[in-house]
Amino acid sequence: MSHSQARALSLFDGAILRRAALDAVVKLDPRRLARNPVIFVTEVVAAVVTVIFVKDLVLGAGSPMFEGQIALWLWFTVLFANFAEAVAEGRGKAQADALRKTRSDTVAKRLLFPDGDDSLFEGVSSLDLELDDLVVCEPGDVIPADGEVVRGVASVNESAITGESAPVIRESGGDRSAVTGGTTVLSDRIVVRITAAPGSTFIDRMIALVEGASRQKTPNELALSILLSGLTLIFLITVVTLWGIAGYSGTVVSVTVLVALLVTLIPTTIGGLLSAIGIAGMDRLIRFNVVATSGRAVEAAGDVDTLLLDKTGTITFGNRMATEFVAVPGVGAAALAEAAWLASHADETPEGRSIVALAQGSGGAGPKSTADAVFVPFTAQTRLSGVDLPGRSIRKGAVDAVIRHLGTTLAETPAAFREAVDRIARTGGTPLAVSENGRLIGVIHLKDIVKPDIKERFAELRAMGIRTVMVTGDNPVTAAAIASEAGVDDFIAEATPQDKLAYIRSEQTHGRLIAMCGDGTNDAPALAQADVGVAMQSGTQAAREAGNMVDLDSNPTKLIEVVAIGKQLLMTRGSLTTFSIANDVAKYFAIIPALFVATWPELSRLNVMGLASPESAILSAVIFNALIIVALIPLALKGIAYRPVGAAAVLRRNLLVYGVGGLILPFVGIKAVDLVVAALHLA
Amino acid sequence: MTAIGWLQCLVVVALVLASVVPLGTHMARVYAGERTFLSPVFGPLERGFLHLAGERAVRPQSWLGYTLAMLVFNAAGFLLLYAILRIQGVLPLNPQGFDGVDPALAFNTAVSFVTNTNWQAYGGETTMSHLTQMVGLTVQNFLSAATGMALAAAMIRAFAKTGREALGNFWVDLTRSTLYVLLPLSIVLALAFVAFGMPQTLAGSVEATTLEGAKQIIALGPVASQEAIKELGTNGGGFFNANAAHPFENPTAITNALEIWALLAISAALTHTFGRMVGDKRQGWAILTVMAIILGGALVVAYWAEAGGNPLLTALGVDPTMGNMEGKEVRFGTAASSLYAIATTGTSTGAVNAMHESFMPLGGFMPLLLIKLGEIVPGGVGSGLFGILVIAVLTVFIAGLMVGRTPEYLGKKIEVKEMKLAMLAQLILPLSILGFTAVAAMLPTALASLANAGPHGLTELLYAYASATGNNGSAFAGLSANTPWFNSTLGIAMFLGRFGYVVPVMAMAGSLVVKTRGTASAGTFPTDGPLFVGLVVAVILILGGLQFFPAFALGPIVEHLLMATGRTF
Repeated sequence: MSHSQARALSLFDGAILRRAALDAVVKLDPRRLARNPVIFVTEVVAAVVTVIFVKDLVLGAGSPMFEGQIALWLWFTVLFANFAEAVAEGRGKAQADALRKTRSDTVAKRLLFPDGDDSLFEGVSSLDLELDDLVVCEPGDVIPADGEVVRGVASVNESAITGESAPVIRESGGDRSAVTGGTTVLSDRIVVRITAAPGSTFIDRMIALVEGASRQKTPNELALSILLSGLTLIFLITVVTLWGIAGYSGTVVSVTVLVALLVTLIPTTIGGLLSAIGIAGMDRLIRFNVVATSGRAVEAAGDVDTLLLDKTGTITFGNRMATEFVAVPGVGAAALAEAAWLASHADETPEGRSIVALAQGSGGAGPKSTADAVFVPFTAQTRLSGVDLPGRSIRKGAVDAVIRHLGTTLAETPAAFREAVDRIARTGGTPLAVSENGRLIGVIHLKDIVKPDIKERFAELRAMGIRTVMVTGDNPVTAAAIASEAGVDDFIAEATPQDKLAYIRSEQTHGRLIAMCGDGTNDAPALAQADVGVAMQSGTQAAREAGNMVDLDSNPTKLIEVVAIGKQLLMTRGSLTTFSIANDVAKYFAIIPALFVATWPELSRLNVMGLASPESAILSAVIFNALIIVALIPLALKGIAYRPVGAAAVLRRNLLVYGVGGLILPFVGIKAVDLVVAALHLA
Repeated sequence: MTAIGWLQCLVVVALVLASVVPLGTHMARVYAGERTFLSPVFGPLERGFLHLAGERAVRPQSWLGYTLAMLVFNAAGFLLLYAILRIQGVLPLNPQGFDGVDPALAFNTAVSFVTNTNWQAYGGETTMSHLTQMVGLTVQNFLSAATGMALAAAMIRAFAKTGREALGNFWVDLTRSTLYVLLPLSIVLALAFVAFGMPQTLAGSVEATTLEGAKQIIALGPVASQEAIKELGTNGGGFFNANAAHPFENPTAITNALEIWALLAISAALTHTFGRMVGDKRQGWAILTVMAIILGGALVVAYWAEAGGNPLLTALGVDPTMGNMEGKEVRFGTAASSLYAIATTGTSTGAVNAMHESFMPLGGFMPLLLIKLGEIVPGGVGSGLFGILVIAVLTVFIAGLMVGRTPEYLGKKIEVKEMKLAMLAQLILPLSILGFTAVAAMLPTALASLANAGPHGLTELLYAYASATGNNGSAFAGLSANTPWFNSTLGIAMFLGRFGYVVPVMAMAGSLVVKTRGTASAGTFPTDGPLFVGLVVAVILILGGLQFFPAFALGPIVEHLLMATGRTF
C-alpha cells in the first residue's frame, strides 16, 4: 500500500478541518438538513428557543440567560453534526480535486476513417467525443476517455487512478484491453474505441464517488434513519403530551425546558454521525485503493456469506513449483537431479526455474560445462522440452508425452514410476516425467504452492461465518487436494464461467450473498450476478462495468479486506445507535426531577447524580448531548475496532462497550459538566 | 411475602410451563393444516364451514387479502354486536327486562369486545340480557381471540416460509383456531369451573332473604361458559361487574389458579408454536424466556409491594402480616391477587380478582407498566406473539448491526420497508395513550370522572387509555368511565390499539414472507441465546420505559415517594 501514501491524507488534516468548519455553517441551510430528520428537528427547536430568548431579552421576562445558553448549545449540536459530515467529506473532496486535474480538457486524435488509414486523424476536444469514436494515442498522449484498445499494444501510466507508478501493458483483444481516460501512454501507439460518453467516464464516476456528490442513502442507512425518525416522533409525542400531563399536576413547563428534554432524548448522537460514518466507510475503501460504485456495494460486502476465489493468484502463487524428485529404481537421486537441472537450465518458465532451484538445493547442480548443450524448446506438438548434449539426450514433459516419445506404454514402465505418478496426481500435484537416452529415469513433482498465511485467513473468515469457495480449472482430484491444503470450504473444479454463474445463482436462491472478483470479459456475467463483484483495474472494460467495485491494485486477495471494511461500517453504525439510545436513561434522571421538583419536591430523590440546580441539570444534559457528538467524530470516521471473530463474540464485546458504556458514561459526563456549569455560575 | 404465597405462584407457573409444549405443538399442527386428535370431532364441522364459504374464499391470501378479510370480518362483528346491544330490549332471553344500551356505551362495548379488549363501562349483571351476553359478547370473546391467533399464525408464516406471496388464509385460520383450540379448551375448562362451584344456568336471578330479613337479589346466569373463554381468549369481560373478584366468577383458590393458567396458557404456548413452525424450537423458547423474565420481575415487585402492607396503616397499629388487603378478596390474599394482576395485565386480558386501584403505588405500577410495554409479555392470544415479534425485529435491527451485517431475524433481512412498518405500529401506542391522556388531563369534562386527586387521579387516566390502547380492558377503577367522552375516546383508543397496530404489522409480514430465508452461520446474529433474550428485555424496557417515564414519574412514582412522607390520595 506504500504507493497510495501520497493520497492518504491525515484524518484531521488542518486544511480539511478549516474547510469543514466553514461547510458546517453552510450546511445549516434547512433544505439540506431536511435529509437528516433528527438534526433537522434539532435545528427547528433551536430556532424556536432563539426566538423565545430574543423575546424574553427584549421584554425583560423569563430567564433569558438560561434560554440563551440552551439556544446556543442547541445550535452547537446542529453545527457539530454538520461538522462531522463535513470532515468525512473533506478528504474525499481533496481527492476529487486532484482527480479533476487529470480530467482537464485534452485534445483527442480522432480517426477520420475508422476502417481505413490509422494515420489520418483530426484533433477534437475530448469533451466532444462520442461513443464508438476511434482515437489514436501516441507516446505522451493522455487517453481522452474510457475505451477499449482495438489495435496495437502500449505501455500506459495509470498512476493518476491507481497511485501505482509502474506502467501497465494495454493491448487489443484479451483481458487487458481496457484503458481509462486520464491515463498516459508511455510508449507505442494504440487505437482506442471510446466506450464511455464524456461525463460518465471512470474518473468522472470516481470523482462523484469520493466527493459524495452522487451519494444516495444506502438501504441500511435508510432503514436506520427511519428507526431514528420513528424514535424522534415517539419522543416528540412524549414531550408534547407532557405539557398537558404536567399541567394536570399543576406544573407549567416552559417551552425551553421541553425543547431541552426533546433534544436530549431524540437520538442526536447517531443522527449527527450517521452520514459521516457512511462517507468514512467509502473513504476507507478508497484509501484501500478499491472504488465502490455505490455505498450499497460496501454494505453488501459486510453481508457476504460466500467468497468465490480464483485459485491462481489468490489462493496459490500463480505458478506451480517443483518440490520433489522421485527416481526410478536403479537411478541415483543425484543423477536424476542433475538430469533435471540440465533439462531445465535454459528453460525460462517459472516452472523450469523452480526445477533448477530444487536441483541445486538437492546437490544435482552444476555440471562442468553446458557450452555444447543444445536446448530443445517446448512445442505444442511434442509437449516436451529438454536438452541434447554429446552422448546425452534428456527430455522432460507430461507423463503421457514422455511415454509416447519413448514409444512405450504406461503398463511397461517400472512399478515404482507408476506409483510415484499416481501419488503425485492424487495429492493434487503435476507429475513431469524425465527420460534420458530413451529410458525413464524419474518423476519431478510440480506442485501448486498455497500462499503461506492463506489458511489462517480462511479460518478467520470461517469464524466470521463466511464460506470460501475455490474456483479452478484443475481436475477434481487436483482441486480437492489444494482445497484441503488451503482450508477452503468448497471448490468448483474444471470451472467454466457458466459454472461460476450457476454456482452464484444457486447460492443466492438459498438467500446467501456472494462476493467474487474477476478480470476477464467472460467473468462479466458472474461479476454482475454476484452481490459484490470486484473487478480488477487491469481487467477488461466489460468486467469493470459488470462489477460494483474496482480494485485499482488488481489484487484479488483484497476481497477479504473489502468484506472486513463493509462489516466495520455496519458495526460502527449499530454500536453508535446503541450508545445513543442507552444515553437517554441518564438524561431522564437529569431532566425529569429538574422538571417537576417545584411541584413535587419528593421527585428530587430521582436526582441520583446530585446535580446542582434544576437549570444546571437541564443545561448540563444539553451540553453533554452536544459535546458527545464531537467526542465521537474520530470513532465515527475511523470505525470501531474490528476483529475477525464470530458474531456472538463481536456482539458481546460491542454490547459491553457501547451498550453498557452508553448507559454509564452520560451519568459521569453530565455530572462533570454540571460541576463546571455550577462552578462558573452559568445556571 | 410468605413461602406459601410463592408456592401458590410457582404451582401456577409450573402448570403454564407444563402446557407449553403439548398445546404449542397442537397449535403448530392446527396452523399447518394437519390432522389433529380433534379432527374426528370437529373435522366435519370445519369442512362444513369452509364449504359454505366456497372454494374461492379459502385460497391462500397475500397479506392484503388476509388483512382485508380480517377487517371485513371484524367490521361485520362490530355491526352485529352494536345492533344486539341497541335492541336487546325487544329480543328474547332477557329475563330481567333490560332496555337497549345507549349509543355511546353500545359503541364503546362493541369496539371493546371486537378488539379483544373487553373494557366494560357498565355492570354486566345490571345492563346486559342473557342473549347479549351469550350471542353478543361471548361469541366475540371467541372470535376476537381467534382473530388474534389467526394473525399470529400469519406472522409466523412470514418468517417460516421463504420466497412466497401468501400468508395463509384468514378464514381457514379463524375457523381452525376456534374449532381446534378455543372451543375444546373452553368446554373442558367450563366443566371444571362448574365442578368447582361456578353457576351455569339460564335463570335470571334468585331472591334471597338475608338474616336481617332484607331482600337480596342474587344475579345468576351462564357464568362458567363465559368465564372459560374470558380467560382463555384473554378477553377479560366479566359476567359480573366485580369480575373475577365475584364469588360466582371465581369461587375458590383452585378456580383462581385455573383462571390464571387459562390467562397465560395460549399466549405462552404460541411461542412454542412459533418455534416449531419456523423449524427451530430454541427461537420459541428464547421469546418465552423474555416474557417470563419481565413477567417474573413484575410479579416480584408487585407481590413485594402488596405483601409489605401499607406503612401508613402499619404505623397506626394495623397488623401488616396479611399485607395490603384493601380491595382484595380474603380467599385469595396478596400472593394470588398479585399474580392474577400481573397475569391479567401481562396478557391483554383485563379480568381482575382484586381492585388494582387499591394496590400500593408500586404494586399498581406493575400492572400499568405491563400494559404500557405494549401487551407483549406474553400479551393477548396471538396479539402478544406478533407484538413481541415486532419488538424482536426492532431489537435485531438495533443490535444486529453491531455484528457487522444487515440485520436479519430468522434469516429474513430487516430492511427499509420492515422498519417503516414496525415503527409505524410502534407509534400508535404513545400517540393514543399519551395523546388522549394529555387531552383528558386538561379537559374539565374528563377530570370530573376522576375519583381521586393528585398523582393517583393521573394514574387512573393513564391506566384507562393504556388499557384501552393495549386492548387489555382492565380498569384501575375509581374512574367513572360511562360518560360520552370516555366511551367515545376509549372506543377510539381500542380501535387504534388493535387495527391501527395490526395493519402495518401485517404489511410487514407481507414484506417478510416474500424474502428468501437465508441460512444461519457463525456470522449471523444469534437469536436463540441469553444475549438476545437480554437484549429484547432491554429494548422492551427502554423503549417502553423511555416513552412513558415522564408520565410515570408524575403518576405512580411520585405517589410512592409521597406515601413515604405520609401523603396519600
